[in-house]
Amino acid sequence: MKKILILFSHPKFEKSRANSALIERIKDKEGVTLHDLYERYPDFHIDVDKEKELLNEHDVIIWHHPLYWYSCPPLMKQWIDMVLEFNWAYGPKGVALQDKICLNVITTGGSKDMYCSEGVNSFSVNQFLRPFEQTAKLCGMKYLPPFAVMGTHKLNDEDLQIYANQYSKLIGLLQNTVERSDIKDTLFLNDIEKLKIS
Amino acid sequence: MTGSLLFEAIVFLAGAILCVSIAKRFGLSSVIGYLLAGVLIGPYVLGFIGNEGDDILHFAEFGVVMMLFLIGLEIEPKNFWKMRKTIVGMGGLQVGGTMLLSYILFTLLGLEWKVALVISMAVALSSTAIAMQTIKEKGLMDSTFGTASFSILLFQDIIVIFMLGFIPLLSNSDGNVSAENQDGHSNLLNSLPIGLQTLAIILSVVLIIVAGKYLIVPMMRKVAKTGVRELLIAAAFLIVFSISFLMEYVGISPALGAFLGGVVLSNSEFKHELESTLEPFKNLLLGLFFMAVGASINFIVIANSPLTIGGILVAIIVLKAIVLFITGHLFKLKLDQKLLLTFSLAQIGEFAFVLLAFASGLNILQQDQMDMMLVITALSMSLTPILGIINERLILPRIGTKESVKRPMDHIAKSQKIILVGFGNFGSTIGRFLRSHGVETTILDHDSSRVDFLRKMGFEVYYGDATRIDLLESAGIAEAKIVICATNKISVSKAISSLIKDKYPHVELLIRTKDRFDAYELLNLGNENIYRESLETSLTLAKDVLSKLGFRKYTINRQVRNFIKYDEDSLRRLATEPNHDDDYIFKVKKELEQQEKFLNEDFKRGIVEYDNHWDSEYIRAILKNTKES
Repeated sequence: MKKILILFSHPKFEKSRANSALIERIKDKEGVTLHDLYERYPDFHIDVDKEKELLNEHDVIIWHHPLYWYSCPPLMKQWIDMVLEFNWAYGPKGVALQDKICLNVITTGGSKDMYCSEGVNSFSVNQFLRPFEQTAKLCGMKYLPPFAVMGTHKLNDEDLQIYANQYSKLIGLLQNTVERSDIKDTLFLNDIEKLKIS
Repeated sequence: MTGSLLFEAIVFLAGAILCVSIAKRFGLSSVIGYLLAGVLIGPYVLGFIGNEGDDILHFAEFGVVMMLFLIGLEIEPKNFWKMRKTIVGMGGLQVGGTMLLSYILFTLLGLEWKVALVISMAVALSSTAIAMQTIKEKGLMDSTFGTASFSILLFQDIIVIFMLGFIPLLSNSDGNVSAENQDGHSNLLNSLPIGLQTLAIILSVVLIIVAGKYLIVPMMRKVAKTGVRELLIAAAFLIVFSISFLMEYVGISPALGAFLGGVVLSNSEFKHELESTLEPFKNLLLGLFFMAVGASINFIVIANSPLTIGGILVAIIVLKAIVLFITGHLFKLKLDQKLLLTFSLAQIGEFAFVLLAFASGLNILQQDQMDMMLVITALSMSLTPILGIINERLILPRIGTKESVKRPMDHIAKSQKIILVGFGNFGSTIGRFLRSHGVETTILDHDSSRVDFLRKMGFEVYYGDATRIDLLESAGIAEAKIVICATNKISVSKAISSLIKDKYPHVELLIRTKDRFDAYELLNLGNENIYRESLETSLTLAKDVLSKLGFRKYTINRQVRNFIKYDEDSLRRLATEPNHDDDYIFKVKKELEQQEKFLNEDFKRGIVEYDNHWDSEYIRAILKNTKES
């Protein structure tokens, strides 16, 4: 069973319905380490050695965060800046993360139709996540499409529970092996066959 | 009974150990224990100690001298000067008022005016030994009542010099004054004309100040350098003895001289060493003094005229109490502070023994008058602690600042109970911040003015000594989730910590500490949440300094976080190193050694070595090295 590290970044978790629902469902799953960055590093002073250790111990790295201004919250960017060190994560000798699996789990207030060339946000979520995709790539990780909960402003508690179940199932899937065929050309992991909710 | 010194020592020590531990068990002041021990071993109960009681009394007065020296040590000249108005105002009012009323009382009782005047002088003085000991035991030295008592007592210590100078003028037979000099000490003053007398006093005070600076401090430095512990004790005693001798020689009370000496040395670096060296001796000598007072109560005199003595005793205490209460009132003390003041200073003090003996030596007092007054003095001193208990247990809970006030439960969930011990500078910030988040704390504090204010602000406050188990229990420690020790008194933190470890292990304890060494002690008691009060503030200041020198703020900020982590780690590492000596001098030495070690390590670590983020030069250097190799 693959070990999963969820790097969760939310500056105001206590007010987020969507993320509470998601986290509540997966936090006690076996083989899952939930690492709440804003709780652990309230002053942005990241313990790099500790973080490297955690990364070494896990096979799947999930960047779980809301999408703010088309990117991640600042502490997560700080984490990327500090932890993914030259010659450790990338560079001539940077092979520590080689072949690990990496993906974003995101929540957005706006719905999917706002994130397209005709929508107010002009670009798709996948386009906005390009920097993360490339970061993972430079570190030699396999980057999967994102799992997204979108239009959270309009979701009721029941909808959120459906997403939470899906997230939980996804974790189960990631703990075993995700087949290339499972993913194919999907833009969101939500859409793969095995996670479809009837 | 027997002249053997060893036997007397055994009797005194055994009496003290037995009676004081019994008194303490019942929650009484140690003073009561000593007094009881004195009565017990005195000539009228067990009879172990007979007439030698008087000699012992004289010897034990040295405890009072030492106490004043130690009090002086704690008062820096600046503070002393600041207190001058209270000292003269309150002290003058108290002494003047009491003398006037008791003079009227004793004249009405038919005494000759000279006798009445001498007695009223003696009556006006309170017991520094008893009052200060009790105040210190309760940790109330810095409360308004503590300062008020101290001011009055200090004024009395000063005024007694003038009284001793004045009494000979009342003498019927001027001729034998110098022959009957008190205690046979050579007294320089009486052989000098008035002008020179004053000059001698001023000169000796100047001498103490000068000697303190240019003789005592250099001597202490030499002594400290030798590292021989007992030399330090010897030096401390030498200082106190010399000052007392000088003062007696010029005719000032040795206690006052010792006080002055203490004040002079309070700014020196040896303040704490002197304190910790003399403290145990002082306590033991004071104990001896109280026992001697107990032993000197003449039960035969009491038996002969119990009603007269009882009547005068009550009259004097009531009269002193009234004057004290009015004095407190005029100086705007709060009601319970006034009551504390009234009850703790209503006795006749140890100086009365000196004054009365002196006057009787000058034939102003007759033997029976003198005996009666001595008994009354001793009795009034013994009554003080009992009056204090009556005040504390019966009167104050009803009218003063109450120990606790019932308050209707409000909307804040009481299930998450938090107890905050100490609401001074440190604690109040904690309390305010928690409250701004809707988290109410139950506060424990021993300053009644503050307690009243906090209650007005709607806090739940318990008033009293936080090391008392019953107070903590009534504040609800059993249901508490967290206890915060915001006091910087390590003794209080330690007591609370061991109580929680013993009886309420579910309670989480967060402790403020003064310094590294207090932190070690608390860590070794198994406490994890230790907050050194100055660590973060001093680093914030250092951060600003570096910033003003041109360092980038964010980088320095991160270095500060690193430094704190490094320092906390080393604190926990060093705490486990054995460190059994409590001696201040060795502590200081050790601290300096540690500082040196830290400074060297800090220097070796450098500042940027372990922080390469966002540093393109660092990456370039590595890339260059990789290419070259």
